[in-house]
Amino acid sequence: MSMASGSVADVPALRVALVGNPNSGKTALFNALTGGHQKVANYAGVTVEKKEGILTTPSGRRALIVDLPGTYSLRARSPDEEVTRDVVLGRQSGEALPDVIVCVADSMNLRLVLRLALELKAIGRPIILALNMIDIAQKRGLRIDVEGLAKELGVAVVSTVAVRKRGLEELLKEIDAHSDEYTQARRLNLVAPWQEPSATEIRAMHREAERILKAYVKPPERPDTLTERTDDILLHPVIGILALFAVLFVMFQAVFSWATPLMDLIDASFAWLGGAVGQFLPEGLLHSFLVDGIIAGVGSVVIFLPQILILFAFIILLEDFGYMARAAFLMDRMMGVTGLHGRAFIPLLSSLACAIPGIMATRVIDNRRDRIATIMVAPLMTCSARIPVYTLIIAAFIPRETVWGIFNLQGLVMFGLYAAGILATLIVAFVFRRVFWRGVVEPFLIELPSYKIPDPMNVARNVWQRGEVFLKRAGTVIFVLMVVVWLLSTFPMAPEGATRPAIDYSFAGMIGHAIQPFLAPIGFNWEMSVALIPGMAAREVAVAALGTVYAISGADEGSLAATLAAQWSLPSALAFLVWYVFAPQCAATLGVVKRETNSWKWPTIMFVYMFALAYFASFLTYNIAKAGGL
Amino acid sequence: MTNIDRAPNAKVEAKDARLDSAKRGYAGVITSIAAEDVAADGGIASVELERRLLEMGFVEGAAIEVLHLGLFGGDPIAVRLGDTRVALRRREAHAILISSAAA
Repeated sequence: MSMASGSVADVPALRVALVGNPNSGKTALFNALTGGHQKVANYAGVTVEKKEGILTTPSGRRALIVDLPGTYSLRARSPDEEVTRDVVLGRQSGEALPDVIVCVADSMNLRLVLRLALELKAIGRPIILALNMIDIAQKRGLRIDVEGLAKELGVAVVSTVAVRKRGLEELLKEIDAHSDEYTQARRLNLVAPWQEPSATEIRAMHREAERILKAYVKPPERPDTLTERTDDILLHPVIGILALFAVLFVMFQAVFSWATPLMDLIDASFAWLGGAVGQFLPEGLLHSFLVDGIIAGVGSVVIFLPQILILFAFIILLEDFGYMARAAFLMDRMMGVTGLHGRAFIPLLSSLACAIPGIMATRVIDNRRDRIATIMVAPLMTCSARIPVYTLIIAAFIPRETVWGIFNLQGLVMFGLYAAGILATLIVAFVFRRVFWRGVVEPFLIELPSYKIPDPMNVARNVWQRGEVFLKRAGTVIFVLMVVVWLLSTFPMAPEGATRPAIDYSFAGMIGHAIQPFLAPIGFNWEMSVALIPGMAAREVAVAALGTVYAISGADEGSLAATLAAQWSLPSALAFLVWYVFAPQCAATLGVVKRETNSWKWPTIMFVYMFALAYFASFLTYNIAKAGGL
Repeated sequence: MTNIDRAPNAKVEAKDARLDSAKRGYAGVITSIAAEDVAADGGIASVELERRLLEMGFVEGAAIEVLHLGLFGGDPIAVRLGDTRVALRRREAHAILISSAAA
């Protein structure tokens, strides 16, 4: 490499990989080091998230920091951990071997990470051990002989407090001091041959870690009693579950009520934008494409962003607080009945707001089959896009009367629809995990971290990143779909002097008419069948689509309900409701499943099974209701 | 940490019990890991389960205390393991042999 100009820019950036146990504060260290200079992408060919950031060291060298998924061992058990192993060993395609590995340790919890550090050391790459959260350790009276530890391990050791940005300079100085060695070693690209350690080797490493720990670390004088006292309440078999439900209640209260003003604002903004753009364009194709296709279409999905951000904020807060592992503990037995893992609980719960963040949240599930089973059932949970459809049909068909003295019939039907969704989720999960995949039972084995006060900056940054990923992932898929749906519902255009609504002449209309005979046994007329096509964009779009088919302006939902009440029979309306409990009426979800599983196989299976389930359930509902004389 | 050098899968002694039979508040040390029964009962292969347990710190000689039990059938269980706390199901806990005598 030519160094003629001698300028810093010519020196290739150092590659620094952060490796550590889960809950070691690794991501906090990554955030503290790289600040806003981060980017989140995916590793080539896998759906594991790749977090990278750029920084400049005190000497002016640029360094690329990679935050690798947390692990206890290089013996990977999940796709995330495989990435950690493969990047560290230089086997990950498209990723260069790191110049130095920073092994991040929770200072209060050194035993397991010391064993990992020994495993990392064996591959012969430069390592720096970062004793993170050293402040908490010191407060508890834990003493670490840093020099002795460094000498014994034969690696550099620095103390850091990531959330207070302490020790970062020392860490960077350490990197600077050896940067030339790193770049020289890079040419050799040497990695010691690695193979999975046997149980005997793991035991030997444990013994070695134990010996080092005894020699250089004085155990804490004041153990973490706060965590244990908190757990006495939060893991109590009865109080703990009540506390969990209380947390969830607040979370959903927030998702559904705090988000409303923001959602109204987004709704109004998109309506304003559509109006403003519409003013400058003459009536016609371009007008329709931009206003009805793109702006209204994107708006119908972006409107869920406030709910999704609030949901993510809660999930990340609970995760950083240390509660998520407890929630998994409390729910594991109940989830276990269906063959799912305790960890599947939060993704499924998130799906009550929207299946997309729910599916994205399944990444915490190690085992691939558990993860796929969770992804496959997530869309059965009643997401908030179903609410407008349910409300419309319930308002039109279910009388507002009180039954059994206390229950509002409309509310009861709504509850029934939610309950049907949850029940279907559990049953289908059972079928997937216990009937199709009757393989081995994966162990449930998770660390219960110490409780910590979450760092607001970290939470804000993570929420923002999740939101960005949602917009990017859903956005690209959704944009394409909006165009497709618009094309289908616009072309061919209605002839001069057409008597029926324009959509009836379009491809969507043709498809609707074509599938109507197939949907007739479940009680759908052609208007309902046609509305299903644009309704693929997002479930609540079906409401607007019904308005279009019945030639009623979308703003006037009251008259739409009246029209439906006059035109549909009650069995048809009930079948339509049941259809929306099960049907795969959301192309964005299918798109995200494709991204997350990296194959068309799973979205196809999802579409087919949900479609079959919806058809079967609607058929039963329609015929039973008809036979019952409704 | 008195008997960390003990050979793995040493002969199960009479006073040894399995972690899945321990009650809340039990305190003792791990005497060995024997994952064969769990594997035979439809779990993952015993060599794999043994290594996963070891990696989480379930290693011979480690001090263990049963902290909490789940609501239904006392499953899963939360244990203090050295400086950490770990949750696991009774199925897997069955692979962990413990003894209170050495505590």
